Amino acid sequence: MSGTVSGTMNRTVPRLAASLGAGLVFGLGLSLSGMLDPARVQGFLDVTGAWDPTLIFVLGSAVSVALAGFTLARRLPRPALAARFDLPTHRRIDGRLLGGAALFGIGWGLSGLCPGPAVAALSTGALPVAVFVLAMLVGMAAFERLPQPRSEAAPAARPPAPIRPEGPVASG
Amino acid sequence: MHPYMAGLAGGALIGLSVAGLMLLNGRIAGISGVVAGIGRNRGERQHADIAFVIGLIAGPPLFAWLSGAWPAMHGVASLPVLAGAGLLVGFGTRLGSGCTSGHGVAGLARLSPRSLAAVFTFLATGMLTVTALRGLAP
Repeated sequence: MSGTVSGTMNRTVPRLAASLGAGLVFGLGLSLSGMLDPARVQGFLDVTGAWDPTLIFVLGSAVSVALAGFTLARRLPRPALAARFDLPTHRRIDGRLLGGAALFGIGWGLSGLCPGPAVAALSTGALPVAVFVLAMLVGMAAFERLPQPRSEAAPAARPPAPIRPEGPVASG
Repeated sequence: MHPYMAGLAGGALIGLSVAGLMLLNGRIAGISGVVAGIGRNRGERQHADIAFVIGLIAGPPLFAWLSGAWPAMHGVASLPVLAGAGLLVGFGTRLGSGCTSGHGVAGLARLSPRSLAAVFTFLATGMLTVTALRGLAP
């Protein structure tokens, strides 16, 4: 089925290279920004103590550059190497979103680690980071075992709506 | 380099990664989603998520090679605390559909109201948690 879509399906290797490159630049940026350091992240969250504002600079800079990229993306019919832009379709601000974010924030505050820095820091070989990442994977797996509500049932079986509906569906 | 300058420069690289993945592959660079995607997706999408994570893990060694020093890591919590925190981060980011990268960088850059609500929520509980930790510390 998808083999007939010439021009997008035979760009598998460039797409994988783009993913690898994006991950590498992300990891490099995290390393340079100081956000791999749990003490610095907790220092940012410590608003009533010795507050460290560095994270504001990191987030502000990252959002600004990403905003420019997304503004450009909105004017393009499709991404350079893929059939369509794959964007979240949920609109509702509900208990799942806020409850999940609240739990995440507690874990983030306890450890000073969030998924990006934790996964990147696996390469430092630090045992505590490995323990955190392992527990994180267990938490993710536990979520996958929960019954999903109708609006999000079987997300793999229902590809997100493309913003340009004419694009071929390149799922799986 | 001053920490704020390093933060700005590192943040720009993170933004470049997020923008690049969208412009090239049409994908949101949200780390919790990418990591979970390795477990739930198959085929090329799974391979792309694996490639991203390999790149992410290779980031610190590349930084160490370029700068001559590994990124600093201080104040790492005890193993039981890290295990509990990891569970909360893993479960919470899936339930809430994102973390600091997916909601915090990509979501805010998309001007998503959902992501803004998520960011305010995890900043609030993170700040409360750290404040409580400081209060409990001897």
